Amino acid sequence: MASKLRILVPVKRVIDYAVKPRVNKAMTAVETAGVKHSMNPFDELSVEESVRIREKKRFPGGVEDICAISAGPPKAADVLRTAMAMGADRAIHVELKDGEEMEPLTVAKMLKAAAEREKSNLVILGKQSIDDDAAQTGQMLAGLLGWPQATQASKVEFGENNSITVTKEVDGGVETVKAKLPMVVTTDLRLNEPRYASLPNIMKAKKKKLDKVGLGDFGLTNEPRLKVLKVTEPAPRQGGGKVEDVDGLVAKLKELGAL
Amino acid sequence: MFPAARRAVARHASRVIGAAPSLASRAYARSRLLSTLAVLEQRDGQLSHGSLSAFTAAKKLGGTVHGFIAGNSVASAAQEAAKVEGVEKIISVDNLSYEKGLPENYAPLLIENIKKGGYTHVIAGHTAFGKSVLPRVAAMLDSQQISDITAIENEATFVRPIYAGNAIATVESSDTIKFITIRGTAFAAETPGSGSAAIEAGVDPKSEPISEWVSEDLAKSDRPDLATAGKVVSGGRGLKSKEEFDKVMLPLADALGAAVGASRAAVDSGYADNSLQVGQTGKVVAPQLYMAVGISGAIQHLAGMKDSKVIAAINKDADAPIFQVADVGLVGDLFEKVPELTEKVKGS
Repeated sequence: MASKLRILVPVKRVIDYAVKPRVNKAMTAVETAGVKHSMNPFDELSVEESVRIREKKRFPGGVEDICAISAGPPKAADVLRTAMAMGADRAIHVELKDGEEMEPLTVAKMLKAAAEREKSNLVILGKQSIDDDAAQTGQMLAGLLGWPQATQASKVEFGENNSITVTKEVDGGVETVKAKLPMVVTTDLRLNEPRYASLPNIMKAKKKKLDKVGLGDFGLTNEPRLKVLKVTEPAPRQGGGKVEDVDGLVAKLKELGAL
Repeated sequence: MFPAARRAVARHASRVIGAAPSLASRAYARSRLLSTLAVLEQRDGQLSHGSLSAFTAAKKLGGTVHGFIAGNSVASAAQEAAKVEGVEKIISVDNLSYEKGLPENYAPLLIENIKKGGYTHVIAGHTAFGKSVLPRVAAMLDSQQISDITAIENEATFVRPIYAGNAIATVESSDTIKFITIRGTAFAAETPGSGSAAIEAGVDPKSEPISEWVSEDLAKSDRPDLATAGKVVSGGRGLKSKEEFDKVMLPLADALGAAVGASRAAVDSGYADNSLQVGQTGKVVAPQLYMAVGISGAIQHLAGMKDSKVIAAINKDADAPIFQVADVGLVGDLFEKVPELTEKVKGS
């Protein structure tokens, strides 16, 4: 079965990784209004990897389609445009209301429906989003689809008969696993170095197709299973001041019982 | 019941009662039905002691506690786990096909055993294994997992860091079966004692593998394991090269009996192995002593170490953010200060 790759790339709009998040006054969530947002860094790696698979002709049958998908508020369209400027062919925006959030399980159900509708045979996701830090969506999606999964990928290679070999970052080193398409892969930071979208490509991306749909189009409703009771700032840590020399350091560490 | 477990339950109950009596009585009534499966890890038949943290968390929930272990020749690992006090049963599945913990066949295995045991809670470590397997299982049983928890408030309410530890969320789950991964550093691992849990063979669905384990390449080291070490010395971009990193950091680690960690900058520059990275995207550690050498202290790095008991920093930039969290800071050239420190530690 010589197939072509149809890659689905889920991306998420999150608070920029360099911004220090602040908890809102009501202690119900992190303040997002007026804060710089960007594409989740691990998702940039997913887009980059998809585009490289095409450019380097790594899959024997070639890449037929790279479709970026995001569920989020109207502004999530910005990260989809970025994905298209990086090389995705088209995008699907599942529109949520401002401030509305989806849990990984719901996202995974939505992606399952999307992967089936778009006839995807490879889904490349980030290993975690840097806001919720859940690290679940890819595995949940693989479970729902019954597809093999390779998480925290640092290398993805293709072989004969739709086989795919993935080197994963695990505790203590790396592990290599092999499976056949269709498959779900999640990215780790070492996978690649994402490109910057050039101005001409940003202009071209404006002409690419961006479909807007609702969660209902996938037969789903957004019903959270987890109720957020409160969100607080972590207990602040006070710096203990500085010492003059190594002797001072050793003495202080002994005083603190650390040596 | 065993003394340790009774203490844990009593402590848990008193805290809940203090907070809200009505909730506590309700939780108590339900806790009789509460039963937790702690998923243990092993490698080559050796029990991973860090995974016994799952028992610690399970005991905090109250109710019955079972352990689950699967792999090739896991009998002795199961016997060791059975010695943890307060554990009623170890469910063991001996089959080579689960040895590497491939999620595609481990998930159906776990699901069959969860169904058979009728558990209300399933707990695993937030390790590479736990992160890979548990969400797959949770989704297949239509449950929204709660990841990387650092505290348990009651049977349904859990505390977890979000935004790289810059915010702490308390969440309440409405799912019938609660799937939880725990932050190992927040739940000190139980040690095998004089417990005598029953060991029972689990259900083995023998599902056809759809993935294949090819190979692994694990960094070998005689030093303590980074995630559980009592002391960690960590190097950053300031080390300048792999040679300097090894020359400066390794003797200090050996003098202190510490594990070696690294910042993302050091890892990306090839000074240290990926598996040594401390931070949001690497390991989260909370040792007695964390010594940051040539590390500025970016928020992603702090996410991985700011719960350390004592933080020490050596950096030539007096304005480096690391000094804002360090209990003791030394401004100076690490190439000079660290060898001096190493000698003084050795001499003391």
